[in-house]
Amino acid sequence: MATATTAPSGARRRTWRQLPVVQQLRQSVGLQRGMLVAGLVLTGVFVLTAVLAPLLAPYEYGQLRDADGPFGAQQSPSGDHLLGTTVGGYDVLSRVIWGSRTALYVIVVAVLMSIVIGVLLGLVSGYFGGWLDRVLVVIADAIYAFPSLLLAIIVAIVISGGQSSLWGGILAAAISITVVFIPQYFRVIRAETVRIKSEAFVESARVIGASNWRIMLRHVLRNATRTLPLILTLNASEAILTLAGLGFLGFGIEPTSGAEWGFDLNRSIADVSSGIWWTSLFPGLGIVLVVLGLTLVGESLNDLADPRLRTRRRVSAQDAPVGLAEVAVVPGGTLGAADGLDGLEHGGGAR
Amino acid sequence: MTTTTTEPTTGSTEPETAPVRRRRRSGGGLGSYLLVRFLLIFPTIFILVTTVFFLMRSTGDPITAALGGRLPADQLQERIEAAGYDRPLFSQYLDYLGGIARGDFGTTISDNREVTEVLTTFGTATLELTVYALIVAFLVGIPLGQLAAYMRDRLPDAALRIFAILCYATPVFFAGLLLKLVFSVQLGWLPVAGRASTRTEIELQQLDGQTGIYLIDALRTGNGEVLRDVLEHAVLPAVALGLLTAGVFLRLVRTNVIGTLGSGYVEAARSRGVGEYRLLRKHAYRPALIPIITVIGMQIAMLLVGAVLTETTFEWKGLGFQLAEYLQSRDFVAVQGIVALLAVIVAVTNFIVDVIAALIDPRVRY
Repeated sequence: MATATTAPSGARRRTWRQLPVVQQLRQSVGLQRGMLVAGLVLTGVFVLTAVLAPLLAPYEYGQLRDADGPFGAQQSPSGDHLLGTTVGGYDVLSRVIWGSRTALYVIVVAVLMSIVIGVLLGLVSGYFGGWLDRVLVVIADAIYAFPSLLLAIIVAIVISGGQSSLWGGILAAAISITVVFIPQYFRVIRAETVRIKSEAFVESARVIGASNWRIMLRHVLRNATRTLPLILTLNASEAILTLAGLGFLGFGIEPTSGAEWGFDLNRSIADVSSGIWWTSLFPGLGIVLVVLGLTLVGESLNDLADPRLRTRRRVSAQDAPVGLAEVAVVPGGTLGAADGLDGLEHGGGAR
Repeated sequence: MTTTTTEPTTGSTEPETAPVRRRRRSGGGLGSYLLVRFLLIFPTIFILVTTVFFLMRSTGDPITAALGGRLPADQLQERIEAAGYDRPLFSQYLDYLGGIARGDFGTTISDNREVTEVLTTFGTATLELTVYALIVAFLVGIPLGQLAAYMRDRLPDAALRIFAILCYATPVFFAGLLLKLVFSVQLGWLPVAGRASTRTEIELQQLDGQTGIYLIDALRTGNGEVLRDVLEHAVLPAVALGLLTAGVFLRLVRTNVIGTLGSGYVEAARSRGVGEYRLLRKHAYRPALIPIITVIGMQIAMLLVGAVLTETTFEWKGLGFQLAEYLQSRDFVAVQGIVALLAVIVAVTNFIVDVIAALIDPRVRY
């Protein structure tokens, strides 16, 4: 079933078109395409800002003074400081820009680690089964049900004892987020593995005498990854929120060693009461825009993969869309249409 | 999975005998489901408590973390020995498990209170906030989700979906700060922080047999001013936390209503000439609401996290606010205790939600 989409198509242009996001972009129409494009643009701007932070930011993240002397605390936005300065005397604009870099580091490290570990565990657990599988499932379920930020707090305490340097803080945040995310990848990959391992092609590979590892990596994993881009984007946005939450509770990166939006927001609570809006508004907007961008991408991928939610091209438009992804597996149990069997067989309700 | 237990009688009340055997094999009745689900609470709690314990202890003993550098080395050592942190880790672990089984989650270092006492003092505030937030979430999320599904792919739908994503994308503390900026500072309509003004607090304190839930206490005073003050303080935190969940509800209801609207029985009802309004209310909306009950279970964890952050933003003196305080003072016994307690609460509420879901929707029982 799942193999049909990965059939050898030969021509290189076809394979390019089958890349996860590209494929969906071509498949989408109207509003859904708009949402996907908007999400991609926001995400792109975020990544560019993070990469080009040294060029874009007028000052360093920890800079308190320039040639003309100290910046001064809580200065309202002006020509020198477009977005004002914080209570600690930092330039808000610079810290917002540098903050995107910290966020990107954390996303990349956290998502990579949790994918590698989660996928590996899910594969092994689903493929071999047995008591290891049962134990892992119970553990994953327990962690999954647990408030993620609380777990992240505990891990952050363990790793850094609270505050730390830029990379220490990034690693602490990333590892805490990883621990929370592993169960999600684990669950999805395990479910897929259990399903795929009973397929005929796995059976035949075993008959030929392929080793377990070869079957797992070549035959099972390749067919189990179709929901990964979706979980990845959703997790990336959750990573930002967890990082910000940690920072907000004071587990951030010290302002002298890096900029982090949540930490800056924490420092601005008192400002708000006295009507100082610029110290909280801009770091907050940074978080919202990045999460919005990533979520729009993830959400669009989800809708496009679910035939009930996909807006179809008007029937008149050229040939019928062939080779669409099959029914979605909504990841990690998020907002899934719990038992949508009644809806499924009537795919889309034709409107 | 559920076949192991002693539940041969459930399901056999049905008149036909042939399918009974098949049904039992595929998962038994409500009774065995509930039993298995109940037993699952214990490994969940056990795993979480164990994880938290070993993680926290891997950083060293809590006394050094809280007081290190502030006490001379010999006094520090004395206190470590008094508290038993010099013993082998495993025997500490057994003690800890034994304590939890007796309902003892430890004593905080910074203010020397029992963690369970912290819970009873501050838990009510968190409970109150969470309930308000759930009400906001229901009032906002469900009707808007139904509207979005009905107007599918038209402008209101697009706007509502963006709204839902924004609800999710905005961290509760940022939403809280924005609400404060607009409604408290700029417009001056609502108080900036706290659960009540000082005068109300004093008035409530005089009440004997306080429940700790300010709304109930305020009602009991019979004083309109007090009630109004309590409600005014609750609006912004409730909205900030409620919108987070409202976004989730909105998306869920939308997806499900789209599903039911396209389903066969709605088509059938329409072809029988059932009016559009009745069609929506009775046929499309109702079954779409069932999954919400399941999702509430998952939302409890999210709401608790949200409550921790919201309470810090609004100085709402609840469990989350207290947790943040203990974090600041590096009182890790308190942190560990509160987190373990919350784990128990989450596990138990998840169980209750699952039971309700199973009672309402037979398909849930596996």
